[in-house]
Amino acid sequence: MRGWPLIKVLPVKTNLKFVSFAKYAAIMSAVLVIASLVGVFKPGLNMGIDFRGGAVMELTKPDGQILDLEQVRSAVDGLGLGDVQVQGIDNDASAIVKFQVPDDQPQAQVVAQVQTAVTAAVGEVTYSGVSVVGSKVSGELFASGLLALGAAVVLMFAYIWFRFEPQFGFGAVAGLLHDVILTFGLIVVMRLEFSLNMVAAILTVIGYSMNDTVVVFDRLRENLRKYKTMPLAEVIDLSINETLTRTIITGLTAVMVLAALAVYGGPALFGFSIALMFGIIIGTYSSIYVGAPIILLWGVNRSGAAEEAKPIKLGMASRP
Amino acid sequence: MIHLSRWKVVLLVLSLLFGLLFSYPNVLSAAQRSALPSWLPNSGLNLGLDLQGGSYLLLEVDVPAMREKRLSNLGEDARTVLGEARVGVLSLSRESSGVVVTLADPSQMDLGLQSMRGLINTNSATPDRTVQRQGTDRIRYAYTDQAMASMGSDAVTQSIEVVRRRIDNLGTREPSITRQGTERIVVQAPGESDPAQLERVIGQTAQLTFQMVDVENSVQEAMAGAIPPDAELIPGAPDSGQAFYLVKRRVLVSGENLTKAEVTSDQNNQTAIGFRFDGAGARRFGEATAANIGRPFAIILDGQVISAPTIISAITGGSGQITGNYTIQQASEMVNLLNGGALPAPLNVEERRTVTAELGADAVAAGMLSTMIGFAIIVVFIFLAYGFLFGGISVFGLLLNGLLIIAAMSMTGATLTLPGIAGLILTFAVAVDANVLIYERMRDEARAGRSVIASLDAGFNKAMGTIVDANLTTLVAALIMFIFGAGPVRGFAWTLTIGVFTSMLSAVLVAQVGLAFWLKFAKPKKLPIAE
Repeated sequence: MRGWPLIKVLPVKTNLKFVSFAKYAAIMSAVLVIASLVGVFKPGLNMGIDFRGGAVMELTKPDGQILDLEQVRSAVDGLGLGDVQVQGIDNDASAIVKFQVPDDQPQAQVVAQVQTAVTAAVGEVTYSGVSVVGSKVSGELFASGLLALGAAVVLMFAYIWFRFEPQFGFGAVAGLLHDVILTFGLIVVMRLEFSLNMVAAILTVIGYSMNDTVVVFDRLRENLRKYKTMPLAEVIDLSINETLTRTIITGLTAVMVLAALAVYGGPALFGFSIALMFGIIIGTYSSIYVGAPIILLWGVNRSGAAEEAKPIKLGMASRP
Repeated sequence: MIHLSRWKVVLLVLSLLFGLLFSYPNVLSAAQRSALPSWLPNSGLNLGLDLQGGSYLLLEVDVPAMREKRLSNLGEDARTVLGEARVGVLSLSRESSGVVVTLADPSQMDLGLQSMRGLINTNSATPDRTVQRQGTDRIRYAYTDQAMASMGSDAVTQSIEVVRRRIDNLGTREPSITRQGTERIVVQAPGESDPAQLERVIGQTAQLTFQMVDVENSVQEAMAGAIPPDAELIPGAPDSGQAFYLVKRRVLVSGENLTKAEVTSDQNNQTAIGFRFDGAGARRFGEATAANIGRPFAIILDGQVISAPTIISAITGGSGQITGNYTIQQASEMVNLLNGGALPAPLNVEERRTVTAELGADAVAAGMLSTMIGFAIIVVFIFLAYGFLFGGISVFGLLLNGLLIIAAMSMTGATLTLPGIAGLILTFAVAVDANVLIYERMRDEARAGRSVIASLDAGFNKAMGTIVDANLTTLVAALIMFIFGAGPVRGFAWTLTIGVFTSMLSAVLVAQVGLAFWLKFAKPKKLPIAE
């Protein structure tokens, strides 16, 4: 059984020159970030009812009959509720219908109207899930979702600043923003629904991205103390190479597991798992190509770092 | 230190026992669970509404509407008592917490003050309203600052009580009714309940009043705009006979004085609602009916006149009947409402979510399947990457981790949601990371020429800081989701939080104990994961 376990096959010591590609990576990242930012405003996010209000219901024709989606659509359209979406699932035996609920009408009444119209158009159907979110609540949910994302970025910055040095904090936050913005870009491009679950996914991407960044930074800090005379770019390359096996194994594990979730988790978790999977790949990339190069640009106070024998020390004292 | 420390073995055994003990109820049926002796843990995982099906309603208590109504009632009360005492009113103006009455004749001030003070409940040590003299000809009748401040909060508390009584009467299984923020109520009813019925039962204020019909003025004139100051136009219910009624504003008796309502039948064998007043209600109703024989009075429920019977004789017994073409179902729903008491303010449904039990079961099946596949992928990958010894230790750690998560969630009564299942799967991936970090360090140290013992030791020591740092970031993200998130997102955050603690415990502890055993019994010369 030569070559097994697999870990022996992976090169013991990689010596890839990550930093030398930083310039191209930076250009690519910048382009993607700008494209994603533009995408968020136009064509914009596909907002779920959590954030824009309205109703969504899932209906199924009994005995495995096929639903005529066009008839469902025109029946609901006829009520003048604005922006009706009908999407078939399970080979069109079921459908998800989304529509808006006017503020001045009771939610229950509008839902009953739609159900009557649908039954009139396609016959008896069963409703397996009905959700209605009022415009007031959806506005609040949206605000608190954005607040949560903002709070996460600020707290992560504070944490890294506290545990490392300010330039590490900026590097980490730049990587974080990069990951969050690109994940938004993916959500726009794939027309995934932006919902409460998606906010949870992005927060998890933030957690993972930081996790990955911390592992690289930890090694970087250690190596900065160990090799005091080595040029910064080389120390960065060394640290990334040293943690590369771990990065690959952990990243692969997470991505494979999320792929299983996307395939077998059902429609409710699909968008969620896709966004997470993408975010984790991007998070791995950004710890190498966004976080570390920013430290290189900024520079590190090497003499200060040398005196910092204990890892837990406020980094503010050594700010250049 | 990498020697077989006794307390670590003990800790490992204890956590294994804890995990088995607290996750064990999940494999039992409900009947078996209730048969367990009470000192054994007997609560299983609490499934969210998205997994077990059920209804979720977010209601907002319409406090401004209630305030408006109460202030307008103050004005009516003042007019009524002053009218009875024959005190002339020049004008009546509204202010933020009450009304100011300007008397037509300042010499009637004492009489006016006296009659208005009669409105205040003197039984209470701290009355919620005050009557004050202002200048020579004005009387202010208003809620105290304290009463104004607590009005909204009291209304929400009261509403929760009323909603609970009504839902309990429906026989819904384990409803959860909680307050959210200052003016909101969340109702969660698991299982197969009828959300439409739930909403119908909750949505009605059930404010019942008995008021005299104004027979001196005509409805037609009032509809044309000439509404007398002491009367109001109220629409009639479809079966009541008239589209609109002109009704005196003064409330004779209200639903607050009701002690009991029940479904009965009238002399024509039609379904009717029987009711009984308390002592004060019976007395007031008796006096009013005695004084108005031959005139009609209106029975008004939630702003609709249900019927307007003519008083044939004084009703002094304190009981009566409401008739009006009810089906038994309608009558029993209304009886439920009346017995549950009136809501102090209208409730508006802001958000409603319903999931049928079948859809929930589908979600559980999909979640279970993807968890198992995800877990299998991790196991295969770990064995491939690190071999049977180191990989096996990781896999054992993962199993313990899964057991501990289920145990911790069952014990704390945490709710498992669909995103929570995703959090669970992700936790496994992150738990693997702790092992990977440790093993990679060990390889580094072994390659640097250290002995097996020294590399194992250094692997744990050096990786620990990174593991703690990395997990803390996940914890921060979970904390934020918990603070800002709603519903299913909180479930996700909670699973993630529990997972961070259990994965650190299981991954590190299992590796330490497992490798110490290996070191002690196999006495290895080199690390199998390094060359």
